[in-house]
Formats: sequence, C-alpha cells, structure tokens
Amino acid sequence: MTFSEMHEQDGAIRSCYAEVKRWIDETGIDGLKGRMEEAEAIFRRIGITFAVYGEGGDPERLIPFDLLPRVFSRLEWERLDQGIRQRAQALNAFLYDAYHRGEILRAGLIPQDLVYQNEAFRPEMIGFDPPGRVYSHIVGIDIVRTGPDKFEVLEDNCRTPSGVSYMLENREIMTRMFPGLFSKGLVTPVDNYPALLLRTLKEVAPPACKRDPVVVLLTPGSLNSAYYEHSFLADLMGIELVEPVDLFVDNDRVWMKTTAGPRAVDVIYRRIDDDYLDPLAFRPDSLLGVPGLFHAYRAGGVTLCSAPGAGLADDKAIYVYVPEMIRFYLGEEPILSNIPTWQCGTEAGLAYVLEHLGELVAKEVHGSGGYGMLIGPQASPEAVAAYADRIRANPGGFIAQPTLALSTVPTLGVSTVVQRHADFRPFCLVGKQMRLVAGGLTRVALTEGSLVVNSSQGGGVKDTWVLRD
Amino acid sequence: MELTVRHQTTYRYETPASQVALLLRLQPALLDGQIPHQWAVTVNGVAVQNFRPNAFGDGEAFHHQRAAVDEVLIVASGRVETRDQHGVVSGFRQDVPLRVFLRQTRLTHPDAAVMAFAHSAGGEDNLSRLHALSALVGNVVGYSAGSTSAASTAAEALAQGKGVCQDHAHLFVSAARTLGIPARYVVGYLMAQEGGQALRETHAWSEAWVDGLGWIGFDSTNGLCVTDHYVRLCCGLDAHDAAPVRGSVVGATAITIRADVMISETEPNAAQQTQQQQ
Repeated sequence: MTFSEMHEQDGAIRSCYAEVKRWIDETGIDGLKGRMEEAEAIFRRIGITFAVYGEGGDPERLIPFDLLPRVFSRLEWERLDQGIRQRAQALNAFLYDAYHRGEILRAGLIPQDLVYQNEAFRPEMIGFDPPGRVYSHIVGIDIVRTGPDKFEVLEDNCRTPSGVSYMLENREIMTRMFPGLFSKGLVTPVDNYPALLLRTLKEVAPPACKRDPVVVLLTPGSLNSAYYEHSFLADLMGIELVEPVDLFVDNDRVWMKTTAGPRAVDVIYRRIDDDYLDPLAFRPDSLLGVPGLFHAYRAGGVTLCSAPGAGLADDKAIYVYVPEMIRFYLGEEPILSNIPTWQCGTEAGLAYVLEHLGELVAKEVHGSGGYGMLIGPQASPEAVAAYADRIRANPGGFIAQPTLALSTVPTLGVSTVVQRHADFRPFCLVGKQMRLVAGGLTRVALTEGSLVVNSSQGGGVKDTWVLRD
Repeated sequence: MELTVRHQTTYRYETPASQVALLLRLQPALLDGQIPHQWAVTVNGVAVQNFRPNAFGDGEAFHHQRAAVDEVLIVASGRVETRDQHGVVSGFRQDVPLRVFLRQTRLTHPDAAVMAFAHSAGGEDNLSRLHALSALVGNVVGYSAGSTSAASTAAEALAQGKGVCQDHAHLFVSAARTLGIPARYVVGYLMAQEGGQALRETHAWSEAWVDGLGWIGFDSTNGLCVTDHYVRLCCGLDAHDAAPVRGSVVGATAITIRADVMISETEPNAAQQTQQQQ
C-alpha cells in the first residue's frame, strides 16, 4: 500500500505538512500555478539546466520544478541523518579495506572475485593511503520511503554524485518567492553546503601541503551535462574552475597555469571519470586528462576527491553487501535497510528472476539513471521476454528487486494537488569528520503512478524541508 | 654474474613538442638474486630521481619537460649483480592480493580457443601444469619478428600461430589465469645465452604464482624459467600495464620511437675500476 507523506491513514494532514497545507489553502491552486510559471522563468533566466549524474540527455533542457515542498519532521530526519552517516562511513571503510588487506573478504563476507575482478576496482590504488583514509568525500545515497518508518536505500553514489545544485537553487527560489514561508524559522537552512564542502575538501589536503590548501574544481568542460553545477559550486566556494588543459604535473606536484605563472594546487574536486583523469595512468587513448596526475597523487603531492577506484563501493553487485559492511566495520546494525536484491549471476537468483520478471524491477549492474532497466509490472509481455533474453545472455550483468510501493508527495497538478512518487538523494560530506546538511534533492515522477523519478524519464525536482522543531 | 646494461629510448618529433610528460619504470628492484649497482636514469642528460614504488611494488618516476624539444633521449644504465634462483622471484613487497592477478584485460581476454588451449596443459599440480603451458606457448606461437603489433591480443596470437615475446607472455598469463593461477606480465632485460642472438630491445616474460614457492618466472619464448641472465624491471596485468616507458606529448606530430638495449657480462677490470672509485 502506498504511503502518502502528506496524509495520515484516515486522510488527515500529517503534522509536518501543516504549514504547507496552510500555504496551499491560502494561495489557492490558481495562485500557485501563476507562481509556478514565475519560478520556471527564473530557472530559465539563471540557466539551471542539466541532468543528474549519469542520466545523459540534453544538457540544455530544463528539469521541471514543482513548487510544493517535500517535508521531513525533525524526528524523521534524525533517523535519516544517522543512517546516512553510518552508510557513508562504512562505504569508506570498505574502500580502504578493499585496497589494503581485504579483511572483509578474508572473513568470507564478500566474495573475493566480486572485488578483485570488478571493473570498478583499480589495481593502481592498492596499498595507497589517501589523506584521512577517505575515498568518497561526497556520498550521494538514493533513498526511497515505503512507509511511515521505513526508509530503504536504492543505490549509493560514491564517485561524483550530482544534483546538489538543485537542492540549493530550489531553496533559493522558494525563499525568494515566498519569504513568508521561511520567516518563522521553521525550516532548517541548507545554504551552508558550499562552505561545508570547501571545509571538507581542505581537510583532506595532501602531506605536501603546508599552508591554507588551494582547492580547484576540475571539469571536463562546458559540454558536460553537469557543467552548470560545476561552475555553480566553484563560484559558491570561491575556488577556480579548471579543465585538464589548465593543469600540469611537475616535481610530483600539480600546477595550475595562471597569468601570474604556475600556482600549486593541493586538492582537486574532480568531476571527471577515472578513465579520463590521466592518460599515463588510465586510458592511454584519452585526449583528456592531466599526464602524471595519478603519480603526483600517489606521491602525496595532491589529493583527488573522490579517489580513483571509489566507484567500487557503489557497484550494484557490491550494494548487496553494504549491510554486512556496516556490521563488520562499525559493529552496528544498519539504520537504513537495503532493498532485497536478486543477483542474476547466482544460479538461484537467475532462476527466481526469470520466473518472476513480470513482478520485478531489473537493472544492469553497471547502468545508471533509469536507462536499461525494466519495470516488470509496467512492461508489455514482449518487453519482459526481450529483457529475459538479455539477462540469459549475461546473467552476471543484472540484478533484480521487488517493485516497491514508493511513498508519494504532494505535487501541483492541473487543477488540484495530486500525489506523486518521489525519491531522495542527500549528500554526505566526508573529510576528517562527517557533515550532512539537513536536506537533499527530492526527485518526483510527474506522471501519475510512475515509479521512475529520473529527469531523463520525465521526472522533476522539488524543495526538501527538514523542520526544526 | 654481473651484467652491464644500457637501455636507450629515443622519441623523435618531426615538429617540436611543446610539452613532454613521461612515466618511467626503469629502476630494477633490489631482489633476492638481483642487486643493482650504480643504476642511473636520465632524460636528455638530466638525472631522473624520485622513483617510488607503485601499486605492484615497481619503481616509478614522472618526468616533465616544458621546453620545446624535437628529441627526447631516455637512458637507463648501470650494472646488476644476478644469481640464478631457479626461477623463483622473491625478496620484494608481497602485499598485493593474489587474486588481483586473475584479472583479465582487453589484451589477455581469453576466447574459447585460449580456454581450450589452457586446459590442454596437463600436469599433476600447478607447477608442472605451468611448465607444460610455457612449453606449449612456445610451440603453438612460433617466434616471428614483426608478425604482430603492440595492440595484438593473446587470442589473436594463438589464432595466428606466430608472434614475439609480448604475445608469448600474453598467451601464457591469459591461459594461467584461465586455470585460476595468478599470473602477471613482466618486462626486463635478457642477456642471450652463449651462441644465441643478442637481443637489442627489452624482453617480456611472465610470472605465475605457485603455492609454497611464490612467484616463478617463465620465459615461454625461450622455453625456460628465468636465470641469472635476466634483469627484472617491472610487471603489470598486460603489456600496456607493464610498459617501462609511457609518454604523453603536446604539440608534436609524427612521433618515431626507437629502443636500443645493450647488455653484456661486466668485464672483470671494469667492475674492478668502479670498485676502486667507490
């Protein structure tokens, strides 16, 4: 049964939505629709147009913004906050272990080959200690809610999760358009995120840095679908936005070309995939990248955030073992649960999935963004059969999960407030300590009944409130 | 035995390069039965220092040149004292998980033929299986200079039935991994046996893991295990991964690369001379 985040079972408004409800009634649907057009015009003017991590699509396309905020109570957030931090800490502990002694593998809790034969595993990282032992400095965890007290993790994003600029811009627009909503101080602010991100990045400066660390944001360039976010974050942090061609390596340090001569760089917040970081270390045919960057990193001359090879931890086949990681490294029970997952790479898993494919959601192990997945209950029998053939051809490349009853949040419909399915991506910062802004990105499926919230598949975004009380 | 080595790599650019970045693995490690003496690496006459161990324990240095150049000359030279270890490679860091060396790469990926080939190697245990495999590799892939390229895969070498040391090593590691035996690709220098033809370039062979013995060096090209005629430079999962010199150039066109290795047993009085200098 679908849980409506705005309503009690008897239809009454849940207390955390009282303010939103009051505001909807006061403004009226027509009033809200008028303001929505205004909001869209502002988004278009400031040019916030980009796809969320790995979704591809047209970088110039505007993602629909829905005016009605999604609300978490203080109590709900406290539990989420603990669960998110717990997960981010365990994922980093796992990465350290995987590139060192592999204790969790020796203990037999994760199959060795799942790590050492994994495409996302980078042998080049073996034995290296990144500053603070942090591999994933920004962990984006995709969470769905399936009941009043039930939050489940859909997937982890340990490389370079994007979307945080929507969290900031959505709040900015709401504050600008409806100052009255925020004047009572009911909603926890999120605008300190860039300052916390910069503090996190400075905390992991390399051993060679003996001063206030120089941090840069490395982007593949303006053709990248998340370029808007790159320039937005660099701007808010007051750091340089650079492309590979702006950097070079000499004497085991990284230098930025400036009009005043070369300037040493200490920390690189890179929004470039591992493959394109350094043609001497990774893909030799890449024209992108900074030759020698990885060597300087291992020599302790610069810190890369995230570390190459951090993607091992967000692999969909590794995902299954995150609860084990939490128990093994932290000695705690997982606060956020995993979704039961069948691995088609196992005989029993494959048999179950092929038999029940029509009821399941099937995904590619290395896919992302809702492409290449099958939602059994919504697919035609032909599509299910065709997908079954794909699984049979390469079982190890697929996993499947039950179709979840995702919670719904209030969304502005044509003539009324409607309920639409949503997910949630908070951004946990990991440096010498962990930091988590009370909020995140809520993505909402704008089509009735749809369970796919990805913007490439017709999803939108909305502001997320965490109440202070 | 003591070997004197001079390994010269020349990059020539038709139009000058404005920037040259080099990643060098030209520092033989100190191993049981391998002691480098006065080993030096230079790029256009400038000494390269700061060799640091990479993930597999091999010394690695980075060199960056920003002045416009039309030629880059890399010289690695020195003397290496060697002792026959009957193929056993020991005395270096062993903290890389062995199963990492079961990873197949684009160059070693086994097709059905390579898998069948791997399983055709008979033997009571892994050691005898590896010896059989090494001999088989030399038999089915005849040595033929210029018959393959740097991009040739293990499967292509087997299909073609001819190749060079790179192809032998690729096929050997691919097949060993297929059998579940950790194996890696090795680059170094080889002084030809008496009467053999002198090798003017680096040589490639393989190492495979045998429980109880450790890493064993197999030279499938010459059908034997490594001896005191071999100097080990570096290793990797395949030829690309184990390249002793990698370069990235900005601005240059028409690059030609030439490698030249000279290796010989140190003349008795040459060794004495250096000893006196010390």
